[in-house]
Amino acid sequence: MGSHGIRDRVAIIGMGCTPFKEHWDRGTDDLLVDAAGDTFASAGVSKGDIDAYWFGTAQSAMSGVPLAAALKLENKPVSRVENFCATGSEALRQACYAVASGAYDTAMAIGVEKVKDSGFQGLNAFPIPNDGTNRTLTAAAMFSLVLPAYAEKYGVDPDALRRTVARIASKNHANGAHNPRAQFRREMDVDAICAMPSVAGRLSVMDCAGVADGSAAAIVCRAEDSHRYTDKPLYVKALSFVAGNGSGVLDPSYDYTTFRECEAAARDAYAQAGITDPRRELAMAEVHDCFTPTELVLMEDLGFSARGEGWRDVEAGVFDLAGDLPVNPDGGLKSFGHPVRASGLRMLFEAWLQLRGEAPEDRRITTADRGLALTHNLGGYPGEMVSFVGIFGNALG
Amino acid sequence: MRGIISAAGYVPYWRLDRAAIAAFHGGRGRGSRSVASFDEDTTTLAVEAGRLALAASPHPPSTLWFATAAPTYLEKTNATVVHAALRLDPSTLAVDAGGAVRSGIAALRNALHSADPATLVVTSDIRGGLANSPDESAGGDAGAAIVAGSGDAETLVAEYLGGASATREFLDRWRAPGDVRTKQWEERFGETQLVALGQKAWAAALANVGLDAASVDAVLVAGPHGRAVNSFLKKLGRPNAVTLGDTVGNTGTAEAALLLAAYLETAAPGQTVALIGLCDGADVLVFRTTEGVEARRPQRRIVDQIEAGNASLPYAKFLSWRGVMPINPPNRPEPARSSASAAGRSIDWKFGFVGSVDRSTGAVHMPPARVSFVGGAVDEMDPLPMAEATGTIVTFTVDRLAYSPSPPVIFAVVDFDGGGRLPVEVCDVTAEDITVGGRVEMTFRRLNTADGIANYFWKARPIRGAASSAANEEG
Repeated sequence: MGSHGIRDRVAIIGMGCTPFKEHWDRGTDDLLVDAAGDTFASAGVSKGDIDAYWFGTAQSAMSGVPLAAALKLENKPVSRVENFCATGSEALRQACYAVASGAYDTAMAIGVEKVKDSGFQGLNAFPIPNDGTNRTLTAAAMFSLVLPAYAEKYGVDPDALRRTVARIASKNHANGAHNPRAQFRREMDVDAICAMPSVAGRLSVMDCAGVADGSAAAIVCRAEDSHRYTDKPLYVKALSFVAGNGSGVLDPSYDYTTFRECEAAARDAYAQAGITDPRRELAMAEVHDCFTPTELVLMEDLGFSARGEGWRDVEAGVFDLAGDLPVNPDGGLKSFGHPVRASGLRMLFEAWLQLRGEAPEDRRITTADRGLALTHNLGGYPGEMVSFVGIFGNALG
Repeated sequence: MRGIISAAGYVPYWRLDRAAIAAFHGGRGRGSRSVASFDEDTTTLAVEAGRLALAASPHPPSTLWFATAAPTYLEKTNATVVHAALRLDPSTLAVDAGGAVRSGIAALRNALHSADPATLVVTSDIRGGLANSPDESAGGDAGAAIVAGSGDAETLVAEYLGGASATREFLDRWRAPGDVRTKQWEERFGETQLVALGQKAWAAALANVGLDAASVDAVLVAGPHGRAVNSFLKKLGRPNAVTLGDTVGNTGTAEAALLLAAYLETAAPGQTVALIGLCDGADVLVFRTTEGVEARRPQRRIVDQIEAGNASLPYAKFLSWRGVMPINPPNRPEPARSSASAAGRSIDWKFGFVGSVDRSTGAVHMPPARVSFVGGAVDEMDPLPMAEATGTIVTFTVDRLAYSPSPPVIFAVVDFDGGGRLPVEVCDVTAEDITVGGRVEMTFRRLNTADGIANYFWKARPIRGAASSAANEEG
């Protein structure tokens, strides 16, 4: 028994990603056709060349039929996947394992969300019948619990820490300003973010990911077949996933300064990929910056910073585009908004561009020679979440 | 002998300063009235009063009567919610005596006259009306609960000596189902009717118990017709032994039991007290306090709850809570209705706030679970009642985005004394006065209403009044 991974057995050979924005003129079908079409073109294949599909969506469709109907697939298996906000990554994970198993030669993972048709601001879960005792707090409020806990545990002045996480937002917006696919392309300075009114705890709107429609997709095949499709495949080094059991909300020892599920997923991923010093071995990371305190804690959970030191590294610019380890060079959820079941594949799309040297010059990382990228995708709340960590490289071995 | 086993009142935290009404509409306002919060209804007020009365009663009741003129449900029994929240035995009858204000004192009278060893009578009311109405200003919201039954001088706090009633059909105050406004006939008509009926019942009651008026030490006259009550007190030639008009207001269906409970909080043994209700007739119940009245005071007195009230409630917020002035909700989906069958499976948790505890590790689970998060033992849990547990706020947040009938939502992670953690909404608090390390207790509330279904569950509230000082001494 054990988590063995599929290091270097599967490769990504094509990717596509729509702009993430308020697509008032585009429905779920349109977004799927656009993202899938770009991905087929990227790999130089047609839909008939793909043997199986994993289709991630939560609020836009049920079953595999909507994808098959949108693309007019002919007798193809389509699995609809849902795993909170990490669904896009989960779809990729399933597609990779299907190819690694030998069941299929090629597979597509595609995620989509059409959230702007609900008529409400923010994300809205569809209700599962229940006894009415569930928490109804917003995700923003749940993640806002991190800041006072972190400040107290590590003796950081709360006002200073508030500026530190605003710096995270400012950094991601600076990156996103250079990304034509991003929804928000305006730089925001720390003072402007801190001056905004609080919506949850000390978080302002600019500490929260926006909401957008979008779709992204990837095609995978066995690593040994990848050069039939591209000279620059990305090899899957690690795929890990943890579904938390919710004990964090029950356990008085949980202190809201860490996400245990993320730490565990990272540990597993590094073991699969043979990484011992992620801060220096990774060229970049795309992480789930749903709220600014989330990214702060992730720097520690993913092993980029020592415990209690993440805030110093943020302030020192370690995770800036030109820093030691660029984090969210595409602008992150902050700039893209969060079409919930597409975001994981959008993260991978940036790794695809950066490790292949295809990212535009104005946001190109200088660490690409390290050849490894990490994507991190979570869903849920502190104490009760799912977490994905994937590692991808541009060379075998 | 028959009598009162225990009595308690619940006065909500919020107060409306009557000057705030006057500042808006003109005129003058004296004192303040109690206001049920947006997440309280007559059922939750009844539960809170019932908890206090049962805590002081050595006997579980075999019957529960719930009387209110503002029931949350028609057709469906509201008393079953109270029954579930108080975790009464399934064999306990739970019924509503609803609709009319008089049903409050009538339920008490019936309990005293029944053969049941212990009957819990819970009464509550939320008094309002249209803006600037006399009921809005003079009314008050409260719950009051009395355990009546058989016992001796030690188990009873007051012996029931007897009483009398007088009834006649006449139109004084009336309200059609669904209406906000209670209408009243010309005041003088009701006054003459009620005073005459009161005198008749008073004379009959004295004759029944074999006492003359002079040997009654105290009178407590309740009734929604303020002028009739004052007029009748003049006829009796004495003031009310308890007056709550300037601090709580007239609490309608709850008033009779609330006056009696407040009186018993400070009464000496051997006092004869007459409780008189003037409403669509007259009801007189005569009691004599026992030696037990001093030994068995309720753990949280009405006077302390009055003292702990917060009169900073803006009039506009009061109007919005009552639906008299609906406010624009956040642009978020409204909550879905709770599932009857799912709620039916979790009665102990949802209504009774019973978690579970792992026998081997002591790990506390809220909600109750079958598999332990420490060690993973399966079906090795015992139920763990948590409703009376107190705890400490570990961290909190203020959510200005979440849907709430009265935003913002104030939410805290609470660690309970003796184990267990629950992230839970905090009520009866403002964003300005909640603190990490603050002490809280649990209270039964209505979270929301969807499709006419009231969604009840528990929230935390800061410990105030008598229990607060006790907690401070412990802590």
